Amino acid sequence: MNFILNGKAQQINDSTTIWDLLSEKSINHNTVVVEHNGKILEHTQWQKTLINQGDNLEVLKFVGGGSQ
Amino acid sequence: MKPLIIDNKEISNRLFIGTGKFSSKNIIPDVINSSGIQVITVALRRVDFDADDENILKHVPKHCILMPNTSGARNADEAVRIARLARATGCGNWIKIEVINDNKYLLPDNAETIKATRVLVEDGFVVLPYMSPDLMAARKLVEAGAAAIMPLGSPIGTNRGLKTKELVRILIEEIKLPIIVDAGIGKPSEAAEAMEMGASAVLVNTAIATASDPVKMAEAFSQAVKAGRTAFISGMPETSLTAGASSPLTGFLR
Repeated sequence: MNFILNGKAQQINDSTTIWDLLSEKSINHNTVVVEHNGKILEHTQWQKTLINQGDNLEVLKFVGGGSQ
Repeated sequence: MKPLIIDNKEISNRLFIGTGKFSSKNIIPDVINSSGIQVITVALRRVDFDADDENILKHVPKHCILMPNTSGARNADEAVRIARLARATGCGNWIKIEVINDNKYLLPDNAETIKATRVLVEDGFVVLPYMSPDLMAARKLVEAGAAAIMPLGSPIGTNRGLKTKELVRILIEEIKLPIIVDAGIGKPSEAAEAMEMGASAVLVNTAIATASDPVKMAEAFSQAVKAGRTAFISGMPETSLTAGASSPLTGFLR
C-alpha cells in the first residue's frame, strides 16, 4: 500500500496503524505530533488509526530554532 | 525589579533566547541555567527518518516557558497550521508568529502576521507576533489580541544591532503591550540599548549560539539586559548639545 510520509512516497503493509509506523521507524512517540490528511491526530488516536492507501502523513517535532 | 508579566506568568529574566545554531545542543542547558533564562523559542520541523532523532526538549529545563515559533510559514494559513501542531505537542499555548516570504532579508509579512494573530487569539493562543516595526501594523496586532509585539532590530542573523531604533522607539511610546526586540541584536551593548529605550525584553539567538563561548555570552547578554532595564526604570537623563559642569561653578582657585 502506498502513502505519503513527510512529502515522500512510502510503502507499508496493510493494517498498519500510525503507532506501528512510528515504532517501526524508531520514533519516540512522546516527542512528535502527527497530521493525518491535513488534520491533527491526537496522541490517543494513534493506536486506533490505520494508514490507508493514498494517505498523507506529516510527522513533526520541535528542533532548535530562533527565527526562520 | 518588577518582573515582566505575560499570560499571568512572571518573567524576571528579560533575555529570551532562541535555540538554533548551537554547535552542540548539549550546551543549551548550561546556557539557560547559568543565566537564569526563562523564555525560549523552538521551531517545528518534519522528522527526518533517516537521521538521528534528536529531541531538543530534553535540553530544555522544566521551569522554562516554551514559545514555539511558526518559522517556515509563508502566509497566515501556514502559520496557523504550524501553531496548532505546536500546541498539539502539549507544551503550552504560547506561539511566536513568524510569517516570512522574503528570502534575502527574511523580513516578516505584517499583513499575514495580523491575519494569523486574529485567528490564533480566537483559538486561545498566547500570541507574540514577530513584525517589522510599523505603528499602524502594531495597532492592528493589539486590536487582534496579541500578548506582546516583537519588532525586529535588524534582519535575522545579521548581528547588525538596532537599525530600526526610531521605529521601535515609537512602538514603545505608543503601544501599551510589552515590546520585545527580536532579531539582529549582535552585541550585549545593543541589547542594553533596546532595554534603556524601554523595551520589555530582548530575544537573542545567533549572537549567543555562534559565540566562542555561548554560556559566557548569554551571561553577558543577561547582564546587559538587566543593566538596560535598571537604567530605564531609573529615569534616563536628557541629552544636551552643550556642556553642563558636574562640579560647583563657585569657589575656583584663581
